[in-house]
Amino acid sequence: MSAPAETPGRDTPRGGLLTRLGRVNPVFWLLIALLGIIVILSPNFLEPFGYMNFLRRAAPIAILAAGQVFVLTSGGFDLSQGAVVTLTVIGSSILLGANPDATAFVIAAMLAAGVTVGVVNGLVVAKLKVPSIIATLGMMITLGGIALTWSGGAPRGYLPDTFRFFGRFMFKDVPLVTILPVAVLVMIAVCAALWWIMHRTNFGKLLHAVGDNPRSALLAGVPVTKVRVGAFVLSSVSAVIAGILLGGFAGVSTDVGIGMELQAITAAVIGGARLLGGHGAVGASVAGALVLQALFTVLNMLGLPKPLRDVVQGLILISAVAVATWRRRRSGED
Amino acid sequence: MTPQAASTAEAGTPVFELRGIDKSFPGVKALKSVSFACRAGEVHALVGENGAGKSTLMKTLSGAYQPDAGAILLDGASVRFATPLDALNAAICVIYQEFSLLPERTVAENVFLGREPHRWGLIDRAKMRAETERVLAMFGSARRFNADARVGALDVAEQQLVEIAKALSRDARVIVMDEPTAALNDAECALLFDLIERLRDQGRAIVYISHRMPEIQRLATRVTVLKDGAVAATFDDVPAPDTIVRAMVGRDIAEFYPEAAAAPGPVRLSVRGGGNARLGGIDLDLHAGEILGLAGVQGAGRTALALALFGVLPFTRGIVTLDGAPVKLTAPRQAIAAGIGLLPGDRKSEGLALSQSVLDNGMLSPRAFAAVAGSPGRTPHGDTAAMAARFDALDLRAAHYGQPIGALSGGNQQKAIVARWLALSPKVLLFVEPTRGIDVNTKAAIYAQMRRLANEGAALLVVSSDLPEVLGLSDRVLAMQDGRIVGAFARGASEVEVMAAATHGAHAAKAVA
Amino acid sequence: MAGLRLTTLIPLVLLTVALAIYATVAIATDQPQFLTFDNLLSLLGRSIALGITAVGQTFVILVASIDLSVANLISVAAVLASFIMDGDPSRMFPAVCAVLAVGALVGLINGLVVAKLQVNPLIATLGMALILQGLLSASFNNFAGAVPESFQGFAYGQVLGVPVSLIFLLGLTVAAWGFLKFTRAGSNIYSVGGNAEAAKLAGISATKVIVMAHVLCSLCAATAGLYLASRLRSGAPWIGRDGVYDLESIAVVVIGGTALAGGRGGVWGTLVGVMIFSLIDSTFNIAGIDAFAKQILRGVIIVAAVAFYVARSKRMAA
Repeated sequence: MSAPAETPGRDTPRGGLLTRLGRVNPVFWLLIALLGIIVILSPNFLEPFGYMNFLRRAAPIAILAAGQVFVLTSGGFDLSQGAVVTLTVIGSSILLGANPDATAFVIAAMLAAGVTVGVVNGLVVAKLKVPSIIATLGMMITLGGIALTWSGGAPRGYLPDTFRFFGRFMFKDVPLVTILPVAVLVMIAVCAALWWIMHRTNFGKLLHAVGDNPRSALLAGVPVTKVRVGAFVLSSVSAVIAGILLGGFAGVSTDVGIGMELQAITAAVIGGARLLGGHGAVGASVAGALVLQALFTVLNMLGLPKPLRDVVQGLILISAVAVATWRRRRSGED
Repeated sequence: MTPQAASTAEAGTPVFELRGIDKSFPGVKALKSVSFACRAGEVHALVGENGAGKSTLMKTLSGAYQPDAGAILLDGASVRFATPLDALNAAICVIYQEFSLLPERTVAENVFLGREPHRWGLIDRAKMRAETERVLAMFGSARRFNADARVGALDVAEQQLVEIAKALSRDARVIVMDEPTAALNDAECALLFDLIERLRDQGRAIVYISHRMPEIQRLATRVTVLKDGAVAATFDDVPAPDTIVRAMVGRDIAEFYPEAAAAPGPVRLSVRGGGNARLGGIDLDLHAGEILGLAGVQGAGRTALALALFGVLPFTRGIVTLDGAPVKLTAPRQAIAAGIGLLPGDRKSEGLALSQSVLDNGMLSPRAFAAVAGSPGRTPHGDTAAMAARFDALDLRAAHYGQPIGALSGGNQQKAIVARWLALSPKVLLFVEPTRGIDVNTKAAIYAQMRRLANEGAALLVVSSDLPEVLGLSDRVLAMQDGRIVGAFARGASEVEVMAAATHGAHAAKAVA
Repeated sequence: MAGLRLTTLIPLVLLTVALAIYATVAIATDQPQFLTFDNLLSLLGRSIALGITAVGQTFVILVASIDLSVANLISVAAVLASFIMDGDPSRMFPAVCAVLAVGALVGLINGLVVAKLQVNPLIATLGMALILQGLLSASFNNFAGAVPESFQGFAYGQVLGVPVSLIFLLGLTVAAWGFLKFTRAGSNIYSVGGNAEAAKLAGISATKVIVMAHVLCSLCAATAGLYLASRLRSGAPWIGRDGVYDLESIAVVVIGGTALAGGRGGVWGTLVGVMIFSLIDSTFNIAGIDAFAKQILRGVIIVAAVAFYVARSKRMAA
């Protein structure tokens, strides 16, 4: 920590190129390193077919992470994201099974449902003061029950092509990259929008304040409830969008969303989000999601069986938080 | 008197001595070659402004901090306290302002925390209770609770007795008390002083940290003054208060507080019949251009009144009008929208978002009242450049304004909060403990800023537990007791007058037998 | 006891309300046979696994931590026990030892990660849950092995008409209560949970206490797994998840009066919480609500119960 300067300061710290490079979030270096390993293991990755597929598969988790980081920054957790994904997929398949041409309408309905879930989560946490762990775990169970009831326990696997367009379709003969999956476009658009909300609007700044110290924020006039609800809404809507993409290429099942909220949290934490709130960046969370996807890709290439993915993810989750906590303790508190 | 204490007293060796202590933290040198000693059977007063280093020095003695240089001597022999437990085991007990108690547990459990008497692995509760009662008996008529009482149910004075009981049950040779009377009323203070005198006569060494002159006159045998981390003066007797204060502050008090530029203007904020669970019968008028001070002991309702005017603990009865129009103040956001601002008493937990930048903290309220999707750089209440300019004008010292505000000193943090409110141009500003934990020079700057705000037409209310500060700053002072306003005083009233009004008919519940 | 405090009354009030609703529904649907004492006893019997888990969870929440890995640990315990025993009574003892050892190890790791690495307990135990799930599904994907008849006595045996399992649960609760109230280790749990800083200043090792609480919790979860293996006569990898033991054990502890912030509460309250949940579940069954709908309601009720409890205790603190 620098000593208080003698002269009144400026807005941003100074520093040469090396200092500025040192301040870049390590997640980006990690991503580059992992991508490097993938390229070494499989040079085909450098072909559009290689990296575009990678991005397409990473898109849902990137969107989930970008949404989850809003809730993390506000000081909470959204453990219901996975259930929202599942419900989106199952609900869409049921609604579209009856009316195959109503894709636009169904998507709109799903987004509205996502907003509702977010509002309920936000109000339960902000107004009823239920800890977000319990509130969103409860929502997860309830949504799971709704999905089971609605599908009678046996979801049909049908989703029309108009719906699967988002997850599956690829633009061909695109200049420079040859193929461009729609999923990647959606990911870029959604993440860009979320980035803008977090880093270029008042909402983002107020969110950081609420997560850092809700009492101070309240006394400074911040509409704390609205901000919290907003964070949960963004998280749930992201989950709906991720669900639409997943429905596109993974098909319909009751398992489709299981564990995704944990992946999103892992990704955000790798990206440097603080679990007690007050710090979160969309770009870094997306990078964290890509890191996670890259890691799984590497492990896959090395022949690690699927179930052990969970073990690896659990270890990464714990390590990421442990490392972040250790770094903060070393540089911060006395 | 324990044999060891008796021998050291005769030999003249201090029970403990801190010699040449240096202690630094990132960016600040908290203690510069400080020497401090205490003998058995004496009360050594340690005096100094906030930030002078008193707490740091005592934390070094108690083993919470390790000195960078210097020695700690116990009965003349050099010792090292690697952990606070080492100091406790050496019978050195420090009672901090923030008690170290477990509210959900009983008095006995707190007193014997970590060293519960046991038989065959099971806690011997009977023994624990008996021992605790024995120690509590030393307080005589002062204590009104027994060993099985839940600490969370006791009031502050009683909790303080529990802390002292912890020290006594270890037969402490050294007891350090940090501002023990901050939360006590007169009757409770009297009992505490008697107790301290008894402990002193038992041969214990007492370190008494305070800046209240009457108490020091009453209790102390010797006085040491700390200023800016170094010993400013050591007196082997108890000199006159002025001498002590001059050593503490380095200038005359009177220079501190700027006078009003003109007579107060029209009434801006008015309360009639205001009341809630904590307050009753509140009638007051706040004029433009004036600073109104609230005086009273802890619990009198001063902060509650400020919080009521800000919508945090709203009035449930009565009418509040602002510039003639009635207002409903049921939430801080409403109050701010109406033009009322509040600087909270506990900066760190209520005023700041510590890991956010200085600039973000300053811009917090302007952004809270701008469009949710709007740009954070430009708000209807000014942009970031204007805020930075305000910081510069207030002489806010920071390496750069993007720095996390938690790294700044208390005074600079307060300046950021002041800047935040300046951006909103409030009609009424409520200050709760505006200079708590702030160094002397910044205090003067804040007083000047407050006067400037008043001169520009705002109405200011000040709540402070520092009575000289309230009297020096305010154009008018209201004394409060038990949630009611019990007296009004013009500028120039004496501390005695005001405190007499504020403690008239002391709490019946605490009447001494 | 120094006065019965209002906060200890809330769980009892909730219990009375739950009982009233249960009775009302039983009568309204013309099924008064559910109101016999035998039936109420079997009510508690259906929640043995939850009860054992919740007693363990109480320790952890008392130290201001939390354990979300219990559900998966239960699965691991059940599958492991069943797999090792493989129907052979002579392998019962080694199986139980192995399962308890695994439980202790998991608890040890959880405790160290939370106390020494200072990782948020939610993340630490969620991460452990993931690891356990991965290890389990990598090795098993269906019922494994079988539990010998003699071990099934745990779940099905009776002594003087009272189920062995119920006696075990009550015995466990008594032991836990005694530990918390009379031993120094138990007292330290309350101290560290109440004010870790003050406890450390008094020389109590917060790390040891937190680790101990987590080990006790995991041992209980492992025991619950053993019970379930005994009941289902074999162990399957989805047992823990299906029973939602993680969220339910936390909810039951909170409703029983133990504060999530630590330092306050106890195991008897947890048992009352278990009874309340049992009653709710049975009320659904009597009313004929199907399993899926039950799940929807369960989520809502858990949140509502915790919200109610938070609201009441805040009002009392104010």
